[in-house]
Amino acid sequence: MKARDWLGVLPFVGMLGGVPFVNRVEPYVLGMPFVLFWIVLWVVLTSVIMAVVNRLDPAAREEEHNG
Amino acid sequence: MNSALIIIFAVLLLAIYSGIRAQKGKDMNMEQWTVGGRGFGSIFIFLLVAGEIYTTFTFLGGSGWAYSKGAPSYYVLSYIALAYVISYWLLPPIWRYAKQHRLVSQSDFFVSKYNSPILGILVAAVGVIAIIPYLILQFKGLGIIVSEASYGSISPAVAVWIGVIGVTIYVMISGIHGSAWTAAIKDILIFFVVVFMGLYLPFHYYGGIQPMFEAVDAANPGFLTFPDEGLSVSWYISTVLVTVFGFYMWPHTFGSVYSAKNENVFRKNTVMLPLYTIMLLFVFFVGFTAILQVPGLKGADGDLSLLRLSLKTFDPWIVGIIGAAGLLTALVPGSMLLMTAATLLAKNVYKVMAPDASEVRIAKIAKLLVPVLSLISLYFTLSGGDTLVTLLLMGYSLVTQLFPALLFSLRRQPWINKYGAFAGITAGVLTVAYVTISKVTIATMFPSWPAVIKDLNIGVVALLINIIVMFGVTLVTRAMLTTSRQPANTEGTPTI
Repeated sequence: MKARDWLGVLPFVGMLGGVPFVNRVEPYVLGMPFVLFWIVLWVVLTSVIMAVVNRLDPAAREEEHNG
Repeated sequence: MNSALIIIFAVLLLAIYSGIRAQKGKDMNMEQWTVGGRGFGSIFIFLLVAGEIYTTFTFLGGSGWAYSKGAPSYYVLSYIALAYVISYWLLPPIWRYAKQHRLVSQSDFFVSKYNSPILGILVAAVGVIAIIPYLILQFKGLGIIVSEASYGSISPAVAVWIGVIGVTIYVMISGIHGSAWTAAIKDILIFFVVVFMGLYLPFHYYGGIQPMFEAVDAANPGFLTFPDEGLSVSWYISTVLVTVFGFYMWPHTFGSVYSAKNENVFRKNTVMLPLYTIMLLFVFFVGFTAILQVPGLKGADGDLSLLRLSLKTFDPWIVGIIGAAGLLTALVPGSMLLMTAATLLAKNVYKVMAPDASEVRIAKIAKLLVPVLSLISLYFTLSGGDTLVTLLLMGYSLVTQLFPALLFSLRRQPWINKYGAFAGITAGVLTVAYVTISKVTIATMFPSWPAVIKDLNIGVVALLINIIVMFGVTLVTRAMLTTSRQPANTEGTPTI
């Protein structure tokens, strides 16, 4: 596995592995209970991570140029 | 006939009309009907994939679970986002192989990889059996929407009939082209409806999102976090994993992968799709708002919470728009499900039994199976009482059993052989069936074990049994086939 493939593991670690430690209501962030905020945060980070993976992946870029 | 119903029926007619228009000028052979001639770009694939997950379940089940279970409903948000992550690595090889071998269905993939039509029948059967609860879920949602929006003047049973007839006509005429176009209308409509409701309702009743959550927390302490037992954190983690693995194993999702123009379509989509799941957050807000505003909905009635709150809050015409969005969320996935199940039965079951049947005949049989499948699901819809989430989870644990055999086939030389694949899937599905019928959980099997283990999704156990059997049978059959090369011995093994 390449380094960029390992990036794909991060969302799992954050979204699943983090929950046991953040399973509480307070502090509210953006109006949401903390555990909900944590999950939403990781959804957003997942998008960011996948954008980075796309950037690093030669296969993804190559086809872009060929249309 | 109130204005809500008029709007809902106008949208239904518009959807059927655009579905019929979409197939104009195209020769609707099998490849066009089911995989759109493999010509769909990023946007259509985005809409199809998103169209399949934002179903009535999102709309009614998501809010229903937030209403009746609280924090455990968050699992939906997590599994969809994570499923997109694995799609980056999973879908391009599937697509490439499918294109190379001109595959049309999910079952074709297994037939081709393992060189076994019988395995194809098994995969088709698992897919169709899993699709039935999913279809029931859509039909149930349709019934709820139409009957609630009629302010009680149309009974749920009649409403279900109306919806089912609409979907059936629509699928028979236009196949996947209709679904893609309706998906476009649906996604725009549902986006605005969900965001509007999710913000308007908490502000209208509580003055904001945080005051709404504080009120819910004060009334029901512990409701906004995962409980220590039952739907606990370990339930959350295991359920998310099982559903992530099952996500692309749905035959209709798997099949829609084939309709992409190139493999990069999937890679690009993995950036936008997780953000798109944030829409679910607004659905949760609606469900949480409903807790104190329309209290007392028990069990399966939790699925009514979004519509009950709408009826209480809005004018009929707004209820009509909400209902219309909900109707489309049932129509698009419903049509994909019906089409896929019919294709599987015609192509991967009937064709194997009648090898001489012509392509035209197979296509005709697929279309004729659509109303048959509709009626079967309709029957169960009108007789059952499970909540939408329960139905969804049941279908998921079935399709997830296809994942190991798929995963280990992706290399050019599959790690396991057809016997292993067949035995693994069978063992997994039987475990799920046994568990569903006898209502066994890990907790009932091992009552003294700690909650962390007791709360694990039983799908994990089925998956483990599946994998162990799969590798076990592969090793045994491989040894038998290589050590004794005499024909007498291999004749004795069943040819599957």
